[in-house]
Amino acid sequence: MVIVDLQHVTYRYPMTEQSALEDVSLHIEEGEFVAVIGPNGAGKSTLCYTVAGFIPHFFKGELEGTVEVAGVESRQASLEQRVRSVGLVFQNPFNQISGAKYTVFEEIAFGLENLGVSRAEMPARVEQVMALTGITDLAERSPYALSGGQQQRVALASILVMEPKVLVLDEPTSQLDPVGTREVFGVIRNMALRGMTVLMVEHKLEWVAAFADRVIALENGRILAEGTPAEVLTDERLLEHHFGFSRYTLAAREGRKEALWPPDRRLPVTLDEAETGFREGLRRP
Amino acid sequence: MNIEVEDLHFSYPGGVEALRGITLRIEGGELVAMVGQNGSGKTTLVKHFNGLLQPSRGCVRVGDWDTRTVSVARLASRVGYVFQNPDDQLFCKTVAEEVAFGPRNLGYAPEKVEQLVRRALAWTGLTGREGTNPYDLSPTWRKMVALAAVLSMDTPVVIFDEPTTGQDWQSVARMARVIAMLREEGKTVITITHDMDFCAENFTRVIALGGGQVLLDGPADEVLGEAEILAQTFVEPPQLVRLARRLGWKETPLTIPVFLDACRRSVRKEDGADGAERRFDT
Repeated sequence: MVIVDLQHVTYRYPMTEQSALEDVSLHIEEGEFVAVIGPNGAGKSTLCYTVAGFIPHFFKGELEGTVEVAGVESRQASLEQRVRSVGLVFQNPFNQISGAKYTVFEEIAFGLENLGVSRAEMPARVEQVMALTGITDLAERSPYALSGGQQQRVALASILVMEPKVLVLDEPTSQLDPVGTREVFGVIRNMALRGMTVLMVEHKLEWVAAFADRVIALENGRILAEGTPAEVLTDERLLEHHFGFSRYTLAAREGRKEALWPPDRRLPVTLDEAETGFREGLRRP
Repeated sequence: MNIEVEDLHFSYPGGVEALRGITLRIEGGELVAMVGQNGSGKTTLVKHFNGLLQPSRGCVRVGDWDTRTVSVARLASRVGYVFQNPDDQLFCKTVAEEVAFGPRNLGYAPEKVEQLVRRALAWTGLTGREGTNPYDLSPTWRKMVALAAVLSMDTPVVIFDEPTTGQDWQSVARMARVIAMLREEGKTVITITHDMDFCAENFTRVIALGGGQVLLDGPADEVLGEAEILAQTFVEPPQLVRLARRLGWKETPLTIPVFLDACRRSVRKEDGADGAERRFDT
C-alpha cells in the first residue's frame, strides 16, 4: 500500500523565486525504508518538511501538485491527523527540544501527553523507547545539558515514542560517533521491519547502502536518480553532480581500470560486496 | 607552536569528571585528529587549548604561555577555534564584517586585515559573498563563514570541532584543501571528528579518547588499525582499513592510492608464487 504519495510537487519558499522542489513525484510503500541523498541545498530538508506537512502549514510559500500521506491530502489534513500520521526528527536536535520539560524522561513523554495517551500507559512506552535508543541512563538529566550526540538520540526517541505511521528523519546521525551511527540505523531499520515507513536524509553512504531499501538522489530540487542502493550509489551521474561515492565504490572504480576489480562485476556499495569483488579481482589464474 | 598538556583533569560543575589525567604534546605544524565516542572528552580537551575551560588539576601550555595565566582574548592570537555549530559563533551583519572581526581585534593594520580577509574568503569559497548576511546563507555556508572568521586571524594553531558534520562531498573536499593549505603554512591543525575516512585522508596523527583518557596516540596508520581498542570508544576504522582487514592484510591503507598499491603488490606476489593458491586466508 502506498502511504506517501507526492505528485508533481513544486514548492517555493516565501519571497524566493527559485523552486526548492521542482516537479517531484514520489511514492513510498508502507514499511519501506527510503534514504534521500544529495548535495547541500538540493532540497532534502524541504522534502522532509513537505512529507511531514510543515509545508504548507508552517512555512507557507507556494505549493503545487499533491501531497498525500496516509490517505489524506496534506492541505486538507488537520493538525491532529498530521501529528498522528507523520513524525519529523529535525536536522538540529536543539530546535526540537520542547523547552517545557526539565528531564529527558518528561521530554520524551511530552508527545504522548499531547496525544492524550493515558498516564498509566506512558511510563512503559517512554522506558521502552529510551532503551531502544540507548538513553536510559539520561532519563533524569536536563534535555539541554547533553552533548550533541545525546541530544540527537533524545530527539529521535521523542518522535519514535509517538509511533507515527511515517517517520521522517533529517540527518539524524550527524553528531553521532561511528558505532552510535550504526546503532541508530539499526533501530530505524527495525522500525521499518515492524511496518513503520521511513524517509531519511543522510550523507553517510556506507550505511545508506547497508540499510535502506531504496535511495533517492536529489539535485537542485529535482530527483536525479532513484532505485536500489546498488543502482543509485554507483550511478556515474552522482560523481558529475558532486554527490561522491563511498570509498568502497571509489576504490573499485579505480581498481577496475587495471583489472584489480573484476571488469564485469558491478561496483560495490557495501563492505561485503567490496570484499567479495576484490578477492575475485586479486586472484590470478 | 607547541601545545603541552600535563596531567590534565577537568570536572564540570555538578561533578561529571570529563578529563581524567591527560598528558600529551603536540608539536608545531602537526596535523592531529581527535576521535572518540560522544562524551569521551574531545571537546572538553580542546576547549582547554584556547582557555575556554581551565584545568581542575594539571596544566596546559601553548608555546610559552600557561593557559591559567593568560586571558582568552590573548590566547586568541595563538589558537583559533572553529565551533561545531556556526550559530554559536556568528554575530555580524555581513560575511565581510564577520571575517574581518577577528584580525581587527588582534590589532593588525588595515591593509593586513584586508589581505587576511581576502585570503580566508578565497580558501573557503566565499569570495563574492562579502555583503551577504551570514544568517541568509544555508547552514553549510554558515559553517564556511565560521571557518573563514577563524582562518583570517592567521593563528599558529587552528582547531576545528566536527568540521564535516552535515557537509556534503564538495564541502568536505573544500575542508580538506583548507587543511592542506594550513599545513603548507606550517600551522598546527587539531580537528575533532567522527568521520574516520576524512580523518584517514587528512591527518598524520590520531589521538583516541575514551572516558576522559587517552586510549591511543600515534601515527594515523597505526592508530586507525587498532580496531579493538577503537571499539572501546565506539569508533570503527575507516572503510578502506576495514576492507583491508577483511582481505586478510596487515597493512592499514588510509587512502585509495595506498589501497590500490597494496592490491598490486598482492597480485604480483601471487604471480610470482608459481601457481600457488590464492593467498588469502578465509
